[in-house]
Amino acid sequence: MNINDIPPAPTPVKGGGGFGPLKFLKAVGLAVRSLWLHKLRSLLSVLGIVIGTSSVIALMAFGEGSMKDALDDIKRQGATNIVVRSVKPPDDSASSTNSKSMVAAYGLDSRDIARFQTFGKSITTMVPMRVFPSEARYLERMHNVRMIATTPDYSDVNKIQLARGRFFTVDDEENRINNCVLGAATADRLFPFEDAMGKTVFCRGDKYLVVGVASDRMPTGGTGGSQAAEDYNNDMYIPLSTANQYIGSKVSIRSAGSRSAEQVDIYQVTMTIDAEVDTKAGRQTVKAIGDQIKRLLEKHHDKKDWAVTIPLDRLEDAERQQERFTSLLVLIASISLLVGGIGIMNIMLATVTERTREIGIRRALGGKQRDITAQFLVEATVQTTIGGLIGVVVGLFLVFVVPVAPGAAAWLTQQTGLADTAAWLRTIKLPAQVNVPSIFLAVGVSVGVGVLFGWYPARRAAKLDPIEALRHTA
Amino acid sequence: MPAIVEVLDLYKDYFLEGHVPVHVLKGLNLSFDEGDFVALMGPSGSGKSTLMNILGCLDRPTSGQYLLGGDDVAHMSDDELSEIRSTYLGFIFQAYNLLPQYTVTENIELPLVYQGVKLDEKTKARCEALAEMVGLGTRLDHRPLQLSGGQQQRVAIARSLVNDPHVILADEPTGNLDSRTSVEIMQMLQELNRSGKTIIMVTHENDIAAWARRVVRLRDGVVESDVRNDEQPITAAAAH
Repeated sequence: MNINDIPPAPTPVKGGGGFGPLKFLKAVGLAVRSLWLHKLRSLLSVLGIVIGTSSVIALMAFGEGSMKDALDDIKRQGATNIVVRSVKPPDDSASSTNSKSMVAAYGLDSRDIARFQTFGKSITTMVPMRVFPSEARYLERMHNVRMIATTPDYSDVNKIQLARGRFFTVDDEENRINNCVLGAATADRLFPFEDAMGKTVFCRGDKYLVVGVASDRMPTGGTGGSQAAEDYNNDMYIPLSTANQYIGSKVSIRSAGSRSAEQVDIYQVTMTIDAEVDTKAGRQTVKAIGDQIKRLLEKHHDKKDWAVTIPLDRLEDAERQQERFTSLLVLIASISLLVGGIGIMNIMLATVTERTREIGIRRALGGKQRDITAQFLVEATVQTTIGGLIGVVVGLFLVFVVPVAPGAAAWLTQQTGLADTAAWLRTIKLPAQVNVPSIFLAVGVSVGVGVLFGWYPARRAAKLDPIEALRHTA
Repeated sequence: MPAIVEVLDLYKDYFLEGHVPVHVLKGLNLSFDEGDFVALMGPSGSGKSTLMNILGCLDRPTSGQYLLGGDDVAHMSDDELSEIRSTYLGFIFQAYNLLPQYTVTENIELPLVYQGVKLDEKTKARCEALAEMVGLGTRLDHRPLQLSGGQQQRVAIARSLVNDPHVILADEPTGNLDSRTSVEIMQMLQELNRSGKTIIMVTHENDIAAWARRVVRLRDGVVESDVRNDEQPITAAAAH
């Protein structure tokens, strides 16, 4: 075949080369190919990016998951609530004023309730309650319960959910009926083998008919100060009027080696404020009323025998904590991506040295500096992008695997019948909530890292002297 | 026959350690006709590689003119030189310089990529025809490392032709080959020259230079001798 029989050459495009949409896709294809030549090396060099993105996605998910748990918990407790509680004042003052009667009288009473009522409509419900630590009995079984005497609204305000039966009603309250509702654990302990409904429980010398059983519920976490952790499962609820009639206002408490009596009219008042917790104005309202209540109590009580708790404060604490956690994560992510980027830059510099001759050939055959820049920049970026995507997959894998690990460990133990070697696995409790924007962010940042850290090696490749590059022996 | 490559009063200085100038080319005047087959010879340090780099638009002279097809390309920008290389020049190297990760066809295609040409069936047909012309029609999908040295150099020849260049620059094309393969390659170059291609070749072997129509010897940056090989008189008939 003669050269003159060959199909003609295409017409060169003036100012050709560089970037273009189609060329870009082709460049990506070529980059993948040349990375594929060094699979292991390419993978190792993006390991930093993989670890960075996967840890961001996994930590984000776990952080968000546990934060959501905490927030749900607070919302369960009622984020628009204000809780006022009677607190035993410091010992000296109590004994000096009331030592003769041997009965410590302190805390809230009906006059306080009347004062709170001056807030009018901004308080939608007001639930007073009294608490008696007691022993509840059914036949030979006994359980230490927190007997709570309250009004029917308690169930709404504290978001009590019933597994069976009903909460006591206004009717029970008005007629001082001996009806009671049991917490899940209480019912379980007193009636392990039978249905609690319709049975009679003995407590403090009186009988109470079980009309409802609450469903199992996670205890609310306590945060220092006056906010105690509440475990609703060991509760037993009775109407307040019933308690006032049968138990009276004096409560004797037996504690190790001593006996003391206290007179507490109202142990706690829970008020629900008419406000939207998700709006700034609503939150302001709740806080403002909280402050007014504090001032009111300060004015009318000479002892500090009360405490005001605003769950919203905890909500805001939790939100602040989440913000702090997020910024910490961003820091960790930035560090690992920086390290990953340096890794990429390092490997790209090595690649440029190794492929000096190739660069020389491409330049001799008409490649412009910007063609070479584009080639190596695309290669670095493809590498980090793939790293980012692998990171996303690994991160999501962690998110979906870790929460089921306890179950899987239990199942394995059961199946194999071996000793529970992975017992610690079952103690892991990580609620996860995948943060979708974090996935896009992670991939986006990976691309950015590729461009940023690929730029210098790519420019260096482009600026090589073609003659020197051609002469380079690998 | 018009001159396709012409250098006028060409100087090239290098600066060693920053300040000491080394004069490599000292006022070179040369003119190569279209369709000619020139062998550049000379001992090392004679400046033949430097001249070759300037002719290949990989380097710029310190002063003087380089007319390629009538245009002065001596002092163009880097991008413009790249465009000149991809449009008007074909390169054949001693070490073949194929890209190992590419197939035969892809290697032949490479200069077109840098022309900004869209690769399609037509360009592919041209590349495959060129591969067939150099006797590698059955090895289009082979990688360079699967080929012998002679075969690789034939791929390089096909690649140097893909952009239909004005001039083919061959830098010791047989330097890495045994004598039998060298003859094959030289036959191929001669064949190309006979069908009208202008070839400028650097060599230090007399029997390789003997294939050319004209032999230019350099020494210390100036032309030492410039002779025509009598066996191959240039005629219009031979050129076409």
